[in-house]
Amino acid sequence: MERVAIIGVAQTKYEQNKPETFAELVYDVTRRALEDAGITRDEVDNVVSVSSDFWDGRTISSMAISDASGAFGKDITTVEGDGTFGALYGMMRILSGSFGVTLVCAHHKGTESNMNGITNCAFDPLVERRLGIDAVSSAALQARRYMTRYALKEEQFALVSVKNHGNAMRNPLALFPMEITVEDVMNSRKLADPLKLLDCSPVSDGAAALVLAAERQAKKLSTHKKRVWLLGVGHCSDAHHLGDRDLADTRALKDAARRAYAMAGINDPLREIDVAEVYDAFSYMEPLWLEGLGVCEDGRGCEYLERGWFDFEGRLPVNPSGGRLSAHAVQVAGLAELAECALQIRGEAGEHQAGEVKTALAHGVNGMCGQSHCVWILGR
Amino acid sequence: MGKRVGIIGVGQTHHAAKRLDASGVEIIAEAVTRALDDAALTIADIDAMVIGNMDHFENINYVDMWAVDGLGACMKPVFKVTTGGTTGTTVGACGYYHCASGLFDVVLAVGWEKNSESDTQAAIATCSNPALERDFFAGAIGPLATEYSMYMKAYGATEEDAAIVAARDRNNALNNPYAHSRQQVTVEDVLKSPMLSYPIKFLDMCPRSDGACAVIFAVEEKAKRLCAKPAWVHASVVRHDYTHFGDLEWTFMPTLERASAEAYKLAGITNPLKEFDVAELYLPASTCGVKWMDSLWFCEHGEAPKLVRKGTFQMDGELPINPSGGVISTNPIGATGLIRVGEAAWQIMGRAGARQVENVRKALATGFGGCSWSDVMILGADLP
Repeated sequence: MERVAIIGVAQTKYEQNKPETFAELVYDVTRRALEDAGITRDEVDNVVSVSSDFWDGRTISSMAISDASGAFGKDITTVEGDGTFGALYGMMRILSGSFGVTLVCAHHKGTESNMNGITNCAFDPLVERRLGIDAVSSAALQARRYMTRYALKEEQFALVSVKNHGNAMRNPLALFPMEITVEDVMNSRKLADPLKLLDCSPVSDGAAALVLAAERQAKKLSTHKKRVWLLGVGHCSDAHHLGDRDLADTRALKDAARRAYAMAGINDPLREIDVAEVYDAFSYMEPLWLEGLGVCEDGRGCEYLERGWFDFEGRLPVNPSGGRLSAHAVQVAGLAELAECALQIRGEAGEHQAGEVKTALAHGVNGMCGQSHCVWILGR
Repeated sequence: MGKRVGIIGVGQTHHAAKRLDASGVEIIAEAVTRALDDAALTIADIDAMVIGNMDHFENINYVDMWAVDGLGACMKPVFKVTTGGTTGTTVGACGYYHCASGLFDVVLAVGWEKNSESDTQAAIATCSNPALERDFFAGAIGPLATEYSMYMKAYGATEEDAAIVAARDRNNALNNPYAHSRQQVTVEDVLKSPMLSYPIKFLDMCPRSDGACAVIFAVEEKAKRLCAKPAWVHASVVRHDYTHFGDLEWTFMPTLERASAEAYKLAGITNPLKEFDVAELYLPASTCGVKWMDSLWFCEHGEAPKLVRKGTFQMDGELPINPSGGVISTNPIGATGLIRVGEAAWQIMGRAGARQVENVRKALATGFGGCSWSDVMILGADLP
């Protein structure tokens, strides 16, 4: 199979109440991703936008940005979901032989949106929605189930926030770089038991873009240093109703990871992966997803977290960017993770460069409580 | 290079104005079950799914996640694509690329909508730029009325030309058991129907429907093994070039010209009027069935009314268009484009029942939506 590379990346700084329109954000990252790749708009032959009518408050969300993404005269389509899925479709389109260079862009202005109302609409309209359930309260159910099943403590989850906000101190794009303690997390305002404010990712505005290229184009258009290969990918969805799932069971993630690892030839993720960007929309998710990713046994993610395995200088640095806990532009998130992994492999992650990185993992989520997962392996 | 891909099964619901008997998920399950039956497969044979609709019609966020039970996607790869009116063809293209990439062998593509649960025009209105264009280009009819007025002025096309198209599509729908609106109408009836937005009248315009469509794509090796006569994908091209209605060209359909020109190039089509045996076109209003014929390169700019009056696109004409009754007979928006692809595939597979055109070797399917955007898919009986 032909290989596909990321040859250019760009992200905005993540902020709240950004004054720019969606189109201005997308134009900015499109221009800079092309610049990073050292190519012009003419060399891009198709565009995948990642956006959502719900978050945009506008129907046909891609209509607001088709000009800004440089799609005039080109094939453009839209994935509604996390950026990791948008990148997957971008890669599919190249592998089909129809295209050589794909621009994948995502935008999000969370601070213009209503998180509670929008995520409430992800639940069954007849039975569940009237409970007022949303992303935060459903995550609280999942956190509680995870604690119950494996006898975990809130303080252990708080450590994830401490680590990731600390990591964000080295990332100039992050929204909330903070030196905090477990006590700060424990004392922060309770949003939905057992989750406190500092267990939850902040509503953020931002955009990101990737330039993907088929092997032939990648070698022609870009330098060795800029090329980061997409070695493996897998995605899988679990059941929709929360009651149909054991929320502490990560079987869909395990399946997605199995597919990605098989494609990339990964046998022992803990040893073979040098850095991981994992979807930490809520603190407890990081250890739970690391278990699903096969980095450690089920129920032991927090134990290894406490032992420092996932610290910036640990055995497997997880979310050196500061993660979603430090800046969470929904849908942009997965694309930002892929951009971060690409920079880590290129050795260009600046102050948050996690040593020499040969192989990186990015992981995105669709739906509530991690119903669907997309796992990527990137390498040199 | 990528793999060659064929369509091996199609399923659709019996479309209706209001399906009170079934939820959205149940409507999706109906189409999926029928597509699996059509291909003689079970859900276990499906490697991945893709689904699409328009969020603001049913107010379901993460439709791909919510629809898992109806799709049969539990513990399978699934994601959502959506591009407004073109969603159906976008879903079809995505199913195609899933297989062509070599990542998946057999893929189910599903489009659906339950418009009876929506305030359709209000939802569509928010696609326009809120500061510049929402007041005058809100809703689906405005831009279509504008473009046909301009075409009439430029080339002398008439309201009657559009009425001929409306009568054709509506009468064709009598042969399609799945069509939502099945009524025998004359050109007179169309001309006498109430004016919606000059020059578009009630019988010129599409309805909004409840319904779903599912199409199964398979890579060459599998398609040959699973299906006696797959409909092979020869080209899939889209052009969504505009963000503002004010930037559009009005006397021709620019995105359709560009998308079809590229698709014809890929499929080796040089004389589309002669080479296609049937076309299932996303014509949201009968007026488009006049004006857009120019932009599909069937004739020179301004010549379309002559072909329409000559009967070129009737069931017994040179190139039958919309044997299914088209979009003015059936319009579950997120499914509408995929129905075009599915109907075109059935024509090639010889499964189109009473609306079957004889000996179809090449079929054209299109999608329309957004800011006058166009999608084109070309299917063939022979391998591309």
